[in-house]
This record gives sequence, structure tokens and C-alpha cells, in this order.
Amino acid sequence: MELSTEEFAYQIRRHALVMVHRADSSHIGGALSVADILAVLYGRVLRVRSEDPEWPDRDRLVFSKGHACTALYAALALGGFFPLDELASYGRKGTRLLGHASHEVPGVEWSTGSLGHGLGLACGQALAGKRRSAGWRVFAVLSDGELDEGSTWESALFAAHHGLDNLCVIVDRNGQQALGRTEDVLALGDICAKFSSFGWKTAEIDGHDHTALLQSLEAAVVDGAPTCIVARTIKGKGVRFMEDRLEWHYRSPKTVDLLERALQELADSYGHRPEPIPLSGGELPE
Amino acid sequence: MRNAFASELTAVAAEDSRVFLLSGDIGNRLFNEYKQRFGERFMNCGVAEAGMMGVAAGMALCGLHPIVYTIAPFTTLRCYEQIKLDVCYHNLSVVIVGVGAGLAYASLGPTHHTFEDVAALRLFPNMAVVCPGDALEVRAALRAALRRSGPVYIRLGKKNEPRVHQAVPELTIGRGIILREGTDVCILATGVILPTALATADLLAGKGVAARVVSMHTVKPLDTTMLEDVFQSYKLVVSMEEHGLIGGLGGGVAEWLADHAPQRALLLRFGLPDEFFHLAGDQEYARLHYGLVPDVMAAGILKKLREVG
Ligand SMILES: [Mg+2]
Repeated sequence: MELSTEEFAYQIRRHALVMVHRADSSHIGGALSVADILAVLYGRVLRVRSEDPEWPDRDRLVFSKGHACTALYAALALGGFFPLDELASYGRKGTRLLGHASHEVPGVEWSTGSLGHGLGLACGQALAGKRRSAGWRVFAVLSDGELDEGSTWESALFAAHHGLDNLCVIVDRNGQQALGRTEDVLALGDICAKFSSFGWKTAEIDGHDHTALLQSLEAAVVDGAPTCIVARTIKGKGVRFMEDRLEWHYRSPKTVDLLERALQELADSYGHRPEPIPLSGGELPE
Repeated sequence: MRNAFASELTAVAAEDSRVFLLSGDIGNRLFNEYKQRFGERFMNCGVAEAGMMGVAAGMALCGLHPIVYTIAPFTTLRCYEQIKLDVCYHNLSVVIVGVGAGLAYASLGPTHHTFEDVAALRLFPNMAVVCPGDALEVRAALRAALRRSGPVYIRLGKKNEPRVHQAVPELTIGRGIILREGTDVCILATGVILPTALATADLLAGKGVAARVVSMHTVKPLDTTMLEDVFQSYKLVVSMEEHGLIGGLGGGVAEWLADHAPQRALLLRFGLPDEFFHLAGDQEYARLHYGLVPDVMAAGILKKLREVG
């Protein structure tokens, strides 16, 4: 990866905005909140090969918040897993870039979208890694909303009980879920304390601080217990009029005006001049 | 059946180091030999079936061959969406084993009954549904399931079921096994009701009616070659199962029949009605309650045969 992780995250956000605009699709808020996590993972942490997505010794990324797939698809395309132009096909009839993470897409380990599945899958892969004495690690990116799901906590017990120290969970702690703030819908309270009490190593960091992300991810996956990193994030991060606004769980920056405003704000937040929108590049016939 | 399963599992684990048993806190002493020999390939996942099914999918994606074992209602519906998405959507080679299906745990009440597991798992693309008819079919089914690429549900009874086969049969998933020939009526039986189907055929023989009896161990994919043959060769085809009439073997055959009408034969279905069985009583009592016994079914078949002439 030649880009700095900051630039990588900027590009993920930019592409995700354009994708949801074109497809008139939801979930941009959660894509923007998780962009830095993905940028640091794919930019610096994950041992993966874009030219060989099924490389047996790869690190596994379980992207459990499959609704934020635009960020994942953008990260993978920017990382060379498939052509960047293909992002323009997101949501188009008959293409593989469908509206939740799909394992038909190179680099996507699991199809996700129904919440609460990812941690169990990650446990199975971590367990298999241990039993095969493989060196690869498993990272699972969860939304905070999916901590409502009981299956997540079944797996939290499992991972600690079996000492899956090759497993690291990153919770995208944006504090929002579909209908409101997590603390108003079904209070999660102190997530670190909960995972700690289950026997996990935990860390709480600023999920937009790349130094903190890199340090905590590099410190994870050692000795004895699984790690949970609670990454405090802002839903809609990078676009001021979307930041911490619940409506952007659903809304799309559907009009060109809204998209341009969003891209301008995003560029401003990075101190960039806005780049031309790749509206024509990779455009597919209807 | 469960003892045969445990014994065959131990044998296949010796041959294939990818085999891994996950239990939902079920199988007290049953797997002692397996655990003794392959302890590192046994895991009691606790009473946490959704998590367990996810773990199985994760292991399968990494090339292991997990077998998930618990009581039938809990290895199917309790983790239903994990089966649909994690296992079937990704077409992973996970063998899901449900013990005590149908009325095996009749006395324990509807929490432990499964009248709907076959119907439920038959719905998912990639899934094969296999209901062995005796302990020897269990052994063959486990091996066939492990040979198959993709998920398989194996539906077991409990213990001490009558034996039908003399030796472990050749069992191909999706191909019925003809146990007895007869030209007057064809009985397709799946799972633990198979010995009862043979006893029914005995009663029919006493009335001068010769029944073919087929172990239709695979409900999905259905043996459509067999169906094409028997619905043309006979006037009456009978389905038997210890499962609800909705969506099981009889339901599946009825779907096939609707799509392939007209056929020479009519279909007569025996199974469980659309209701909860909430009375105390063991499996034998429950079977009697629902008429899944040889004399009742033989009488039903004779009546239907008179109707079809
Ligand atoms: Mg959230």
C-alpha cells in the first residue's frame, strides 16, 4: 500500500459516498465511522495478498457489520483486490457488489448483513488456526448495535474459554444503531468492562486516531486471551452534516448537490482540495 | 442410532484428521472412546448453539470437517439462521446431526419434539437432508455426508431402534434403497419409521398385498429417478415419516407430484399432523396416538387400494 493510512481512509470515504449516492443506498453513516479502522487494517496490519485473496496463510478479516459494505468494497478495491472501476457497479442489477458484504467479492471472507454472526465465525477460524498451528490471525469488525445479539455473547464466552489469543475484535463504537443511540435502545454500558469480565483483554481508543489504532491492533493477538478493541467513532465521520446524525443510517446523499457538499466537507476535513468525482470512469451501461 | 453414530464417528476420525466433533453439551458418556482417542478434536461448546454453528462454519472455511451434534430441535431451529447464512450460503462442509428427532423424546414434551426439522432444513439451497432408517444406515450416512462437498443434516433417532439391514448398506445421498420388492403398492419411508414400514408391509402381505418398501433416507435431494419410476409403475405410492405432514418426505413428494402430474399413482401420506403433542407418554404411545403403527397404516393402505381399484 503506497498511500498513507490517512489518505487510504480518505479515499475509502470518498468512494463510499459516491457509491451510496449512485445506488441511492443506505448505511453511509456506518461506512464513514469504520473507514479508519479498515484503512489501518488493510494499510498496515493485515497480512493478505490482493493478487491471491485465498492465500491459505492470510489473516482473516470477518467484517460482521456487512451493512457498511461500501467501505469494505472501497478498501478492497483500493488495496488491489479488484479493479477500482468496479466500484461504479455497486448496486447495479446483476453485478456482484450487492448491498451487504458478499463473499463472491474477492477479499471478502464472509457474507454478512444479519447481525451477530461475525464473532462465531471468527471464533471458528481462530480455533482452526490454533488447531492447525497456523500463524494467521483473525480480526472481526463488529458494530456496537450487534452487541445486542445474544449470539455475540455466546461467542465472547467461547473465545475466552478456549484462549483464542489469535482473535481480535474491533467494535465500531459509534454509539448509534438503526433507531437511536445504543444507550437509549438497549444500553450497552461499558463494553470494555463487559468483555473484560468475560476474560478478554480490552482497550478503548479513539477509532479515528490511526496511531492509536495501529498500536492497539499490533498489541493485540498475543498471549493467552482474545482482545477486544472498542474503537470510539463518530457515525458519518468526515462529513460534518452527517456526523452523529441518525438519519444517515438510512439516507443517501442522493442528489448531486448533496454529494458535492459531502465531498467538499470531506475534502475540507482532510485539508484536501476536492477531487473530481469519478462519475464517468467505470460507468456501466444501464 | 446414537451409539452407531458415535462408533462410526470414532472410526472416521481415525481415518481423517479433519474430522472434528462439536457438541452442544449433549452426549454424556456417548463419546468416551472418541474423546479418549481424539480428545483434541472434541469440543463441548456449551449450551450455545448459535455460537457453535458459527464456529463450525468458521472451521469448515479453514478446511476442517466439523460435525455438530446435539438434540434435534437445538441443532436445527435454535441456530436456524446460522445454518442458513453461515453454513448453507457459504456452502460449507458442515455435518449437522440431530439426535432424538421426531417422537424419540415424546415424553419430554414439545420443547424436545421435532416435527419440523426436515421441512425447515430442506428449505435452504445447498443443504442435503438425510434420515437414516436404522443404525447401519447411520454409519453409511455419516460416511456419505463426509464425502459430500457441502452441508448435510443427519436426522437420528435415539437408541435401540430395530435393525433393518444385515450389513452396512451402500448409501448414496439422493438415492433410495429398495428393501423389499412388491408390485401392488410402493412404500417410501424415511428415518426411524423404516422398521414400522416393513412391519406394515408384513401385514399387507398377510392380506395378499405385495408392497415394495424403499428406505428413502434422503429427503433432499429427492430421488426423482425413483419417483418417476414408482409413480408410473404403481397405482398407489405411500410416504411414511415420523415428521410433520407439512414439508417433510410426504410434502416433498407432493411438491414433485404437483410439478409432474399427471402420474398413474396416487399419493397417500402418513406423518404427524399440524399440532403440538402435549400429552405425557413415551414414543410408543405417541406413535399409537397418531396412528403411525403397522395395523393402522396397513388398514389405511388397504382402504386406499380399494378406492383406486
Ligand atoms: Mg453503531
